[in-house]
Amino acid sequence: MSLTLEKKEERKELRQVVSKRIAATGNYAAALAVKDADVDVAAIYPITPQVQIAEKIAEFVANGELDAEVIHVEGEHSALSAVVAAAATGARAFTATSSQGLEYMHEMLYIASSLRQPVVMALATRALSAPINIWNDYADAFGMRETGWIMLFSENVQEVYDNLVQAFRIAEHPDVLLPVVVTLDGYILSHTIEPLEPLGREEVLSFAPKRPRGYRPVLDPDYPITVGTLGTPHWYYEAKYQQVVALRESKRIIEEAGREFGKKYGREYGLIEEYMMDDAELAFVSLGATASLVKAAVDRLRKEGIKAGMIKLRVLRPFPVDEVVKALENVEAWATLNRTISYGAAIEEPLFTEIAAALAVRGIVKPMASFVHGMGGRDIFVREIVEMYKKLDEIRKSGRKVKRTYFWGVKGHDPEEDQAM
Amino acid sequence: MSIKDEGFKRYLGKKYPETWRDMPIAAIVPWPGNTAEVKTHAWRTIKPVIDQDKCIRCRLCWTFCPDGAILEVDEEYKTSSGRVFKISYKVDYDHCKGCGICAAECPVNAIEMVPEER
Amino acid sequence: MALSKPVRTIWDIPREERFAPGHTMCQGCGAAIIMRHLTKVIGKDAIIVQATGCVEVTTTAFPRTSWLNPWLHLAFENAGAGASGVEAALKALKRKGVIDPNRKIKVVAIAGDGGTFDIGLQSLSGMLERGHNVMYVVYDNEAYMNTGIQRSGATPLGAWTTTTPVGKKLRGELRPKKDLIGIALAHRIPYIATASPAYPTDMVEKLRKAYETEGPSLVHIISPCTPGWRIRNEDSVKVARLAVLTGMWVLLEIVNGKPRVTVKVPKRKPVREYLRLQGRFRHLTDEEIARIQKMVDEYVEEINRWVGEQAIGPVEG
Repeated sequence: MSLTLEKKEERKELRQVVSKRIAATGNYAAALAVKDADVDVAAIYPITPQVQIAEKIAEFVANGELDAEVIHVEGEHSALSAVVAAAATGARAFTATSSQGLEYMHEMLYIASSLRQPVVMALATRALSAPINIWNDYADAFGMRETGWIMLFSENVQEVYDNLVQAFRIAEHPDVLLPVVVTLDGYILSHTIEPLEPLGREEVLSFAPKRPRGYRPVLDPDYPITVGTLGTPHWYYEAKYQQVVALRESKRIIEEAGREFGKKYGREYGLIEEYMMDDAELAFVSLGATASLVKAAVDRLRKEGIKAGMIKLRVLRPFPVDEVVKALENVEAWATLNRTISYGAAIEEPLFTEIAAALAVRGIVKPMASFVHGMGGRDIFVREIVEMYKKLDEIRKSGRKVKRTYFWGVKGHDPEEDQAM
Repeated sequence: MSIKDEGFKRYLGKKYPETWRDMPIAAIVPWPGNTAEVKTHAWRTIKPVIDQDKCIRCRLCWTFCPDGAILEVDEEYKTSSGRVFKISYKVDYDHCKGCGICAAECPVNAIEMVPEER
Repeated sequence: MALSKPVRTIWDIPREERFAPGHTMCQGCGAAIIMRHLTKVIGKDAIIVQATGCVEVTTTAFPRTSWLNPWLHLAFENAGAGASGVEAALKALKRKGVIDPNRKIKVVAIAGDGGTFDIGLQSLSGMLERGHNVMYVVYDNEAYMNTGIQRSGATPLGAWTTTTPVGKKLRGELRPKKDLIGIALAHRIPYIATASPAYPTDMVEKLRKAYETEGPSLVHIISPCTPGWRIRNEDSVKVARLAVLTGMWVLLEIVNGKPRVTVKVPKRKPVREYLRLQGRFRHLTDEEIARIQKMVDEYVEEINRWVGEQAIGPVEG
């Protein structure tokens, strides 16, 4: 017995020594962020590929490393319901999900944001059924764009951790009070081991402090409030407009958090990240771990002498419209690359419609295109992205109008076929 | 559980709001029990009238009223036969919706439902 | 302060009203009577989590509320999950010293039959199974009344609703009510009871015991609905009483699995007396009524066997 204890102590010390830089999966990084943020209530439910987040949180609590109430809910709808209720009671609350789980809790996504509850959620992005598929794409995340959440996308394991730490600060900020979701690409980040520099509890709690009870309205017998009222046509609209303004104004706090994070820990975060954009003529907009692939393609193209650049959306909601417009103002042609499909839409890649609209209302029209690839975990190869850039280059040069999304990499499908429709 | 920080008050808006700006956050209602300000008397076509002489102060009308519109008050009452009661039951005519449960449940028929005159 | 001493007579019910009038519940609403007494029992130090339903929409139209307690409504199917979340938060915050650990704050979930028997059953099961310290109160008006009288899993055999209409081929609800108490019992929770607003002392005492219970408790209360049951406004208490007197609604209390009938009925009235007051049963033929009578006879027998005495007697001659 004593021997085991000693060994444990030893191991603990070791862990502290190496904790400056560890090897971790995205799921582990997420659980670590939850632990370091001293979350009060976590609702957990297994779904691939976020399941290790749930397991690790349970382990931290079982070992006494995290003092939280873990609710072993019976489904994701209850998971989000429970954490929204916990947040309404004043707790720092967290849950994680993926794909079907996110769809199952969809109703509660709206309720979380409209009740202005600062819950934080990790989303291991994954394709939606049917056919059932456990691998990565962004269909789940893009399905929650309209739900009023702040949405942060992570490119690597370090960003999963950093985004979650910032998420608690942003969500609970008195000028925000909105739920925040942090994505990690299913398997690509959730299960891939990468170097991670966690900050530890002390740092996290100084960066994302727990505010005194009563800084926002909570369920408390000493000051009873009624939450979740009936909004008649007299007042529903006004409540919704408040939400519009809140999400819009959260941008300032997100920026401030990213800036201060950079000052304190050397890793600065903006709403977008520009890669080789200074003199870029061709730009792709992408997000999540896919952005890493686009960066690699940019490097190759630059070697060939093609002036390629990339914009990574770190924040999808609120959409960083000014930043994206500014970044695209001086390029000659732009395109989007995304892992989701907006079925039946005017343009079936949804990022494109937003950016094109943002540019169009400012009178900026230039050669543009949209690309879908990587659905349901299909690998996107860097050489394919290079080809996409070359396609965009051809569009720029020919001046032809691309009216439809290019579905890249579909077996037996020539993406140009769709243009003839 | 006293709330030390009262920062939450910035979110409570104005009683009662006129614009989106002075509406409480998330359409919460921080004014407990304020439906009491709403009169529901217009719902009724008949109204209960309690015969204080017949009333035996059994508390049933008070118990069964869905609208809390039978008030139990510490008002002494001496019946015509000389019996003294320490409490009385009165109808809150602002909130009585005229369902008639009180009259139906009264064991001594001390409550009569009479047409509402407007 | 919550009601702490046992309720033996009607005079033990606190005078203080903690459920404001001015709500828009119907004239003669059974649920309104239940809410008045429930809030008297739980007092100030309780957080209410309420499912979508009649009571929710009629008491909280912004900018007004009938509630004096902190109150949360999320959605239809998740009163159990919401209550679990509030309870877990209180536990964590007390442990961490954010909330005074000595202060007793009870979590009370309220839902109708739709939000309990049907769409909320999973969430309720999770809450009961995990052992949250939550008191769950079901006001059962035996259909989806808030949307306009559609049948639920709690609708009794033969009842007309808008989705179990009386037609040439089908005549009202085809199946008996779901056994909610059986479901609660299967979760082995410490306190389960049925109640009727027509028996206020019994109901209030059960609510008090449910409140005092450490761990999950469930109180299932029959809640006459004047428009849905097609009854006269003044008859809702009478109907709630006849439900008990006919043996259709047995007043039970199950403490740690041990059942007891709290209001015994030595001589039962025929179910016809309960049914004939209600428009929703107006179409029933003698044959159909006999079938319901037989079903109730069997149910009563089953209860008597279960509690080990003849708590509910035979139909009076």
